[in-house]
Amino acid sequence: VRYTYFPGCSLEATAVPYQISISAISGILGLEFEELKDWNCCGATPYMSIKEMIAFAISAKNLALAERQGGDLVAPCSACFTILNKTNVYLKEFPKLKERIDIALNEVGLKYNGGVIIRHLLDVFVRDVGYDQLATKVKVRLEGLKVAPYYGCQIVRPEQMFDNAEMPTSLDTLILTLGAQPIHFPIKSQCCGGTLSVTKEKLGLRMIKDILLCAAQNDADCIVTTCPLCQINLDVYQKKVNKRYRQNFSIPILYFTQLMGLAMGIPVKKLAIKKTITPVKPVLGRYYI
Amino acid sequence: VKKEEVELKRDIQLEKSLTPDFLEEVYTIPGGERIKDCIQCGTCSGSCPAGYEMEYTPRQLFAMVRAGMRDEVLKSDTIWTCCSCYLCVVRCPRQIKITDIMYALKCLAIKERKYSKHIKAPVLAKNFVFWVNKFGRNQETYLTISFFFLTNIFKMLGQLPLATKLFFQNRLPIFPKKVKNLNQLKTIINRIEKLEEER
Repeated sequence: VRYTYFPGCSLEATAVPYQISISAISGILGLEFEELKDWNCCGATPYMSIKEMIAFAISAKNLALAERQGGDLVAPCSACFTILNKTNVYLKEFPKLKERIDIALNEVGLKYNGGVIIRHLLDVFVRDVGYDQLATKVKVRLEGLKVAPYYGCQIVRPEQMFDNAEMPTSLDTLILTLGAQPIHFPIKSQCCGGTLSVTKEKLGLRMIKDILLCAAQNDADCIVTTCPLCQINLDVYQKKVNKRYRQNFSIPILYFTQLMGLAMGIPVKKLAIKKTITPVKPVLGRYYI
Repeated sequence: VKKEEVELKRDIQLEKSLTPDFLEEVYTIPGGERIKDCIQCGTCSGSCPAGYEMEYTPRQLFAMVRAGMRDEVLKSDTIWTCCSCYLCVVRCPRQIKITDIMYALKCLAIKERKYSKHIKAPVLAKNFVFWVNKFGRNQETYLTISFFFLTNIFKMLGQLPLATKLFFQNRLPIFPKKVKNLNQLKTIINRIEKLEEER
């Protein structure tokens, strides 16, 4: 199946491991991701905070390009997914907004008719490929591995496109399909704090600590995420959290696609599993190929 | 009698400082007028993962917006502590798009430079927009450097070991990732800017 693919800025930088693992598994699952030609930043949270109308406009530009290219637009980053989707919904809901955006798009010969469907990568795996099909690709069942399914916030909110806004289950079922065990994780859709870890460090670290603590107390061997910002926060700031809260966390934070690749019997190198700060091998080494 | 007079004068002063049409400024964003429907139930404040660290909780902030306490709202750190997780939005019994209203207030605070100097979030947001406008895509490497340079240069040195590690993992690229047709993007941005000015 062919999709138009919106990588997002993070996947060209800190989230490179996410991109590498996506490339490694998508072919095996029969998915074809064609990059959106000349995509620009979705705007994310910061642009919305400076000039909201421009943020909607640059986001709409991506939608116009995607409509031209055809197929569903797939975003692996939760922030991109939410912003693109929100823009898409608002353009339909608020005619006055659309009027202004249309004027700006028209200026460069673009037009958006509202025909694009925005999908999160996780949604594509669980609903288009499906659990049954995924199960047939599993070569190394991750028996005995306890995984915390961490969805984060923007993948399920504000629009609930494919899963529940507060108690989603799609990632839990996906982990189960890989032969691993999803732990009880009541704060699975709680916010990681986003950029608060740099703008209001004390609060940001506390929010990260709460998530790590909940995972640890429920016996998680590792945490999987669906968002670049969650991965950075939980992984890179783990040491700082340990220092501030006198903890001993050493919980690997993986992208869910890396865990999928591992179960599909793909060599570790092709999944960029070593490109994390918290060591992964002590926990997942027994499944390596 | 004197004490009463002092209190009366203070009340008059306070009422004078209010901006009754502040509420209408929020209407300009899509769905903004729904703030009128707020019943002050506090579901937003109770749901907020960062609420306990806010100067005013979201419920208080909305009451202040409706009372016309413009300066207090735009100067508060509440709007900059909202991390856009949308939990309040999905729980609000009046379907108010709370996160969007926070965005509208942030934009106003930026436009009028009302935010307090000790709040760092506006610096990050402004730098983010700077790099996106320049290259069409966010540059995580440059953003990190420019943000720490402007807020806490000593802290930047402390981050060096970590940055080195990320660099050797190819996660902090040196060269910018750009869009090809930057002019197209800039034209769109300028056109909206003009439309907003006309409004």
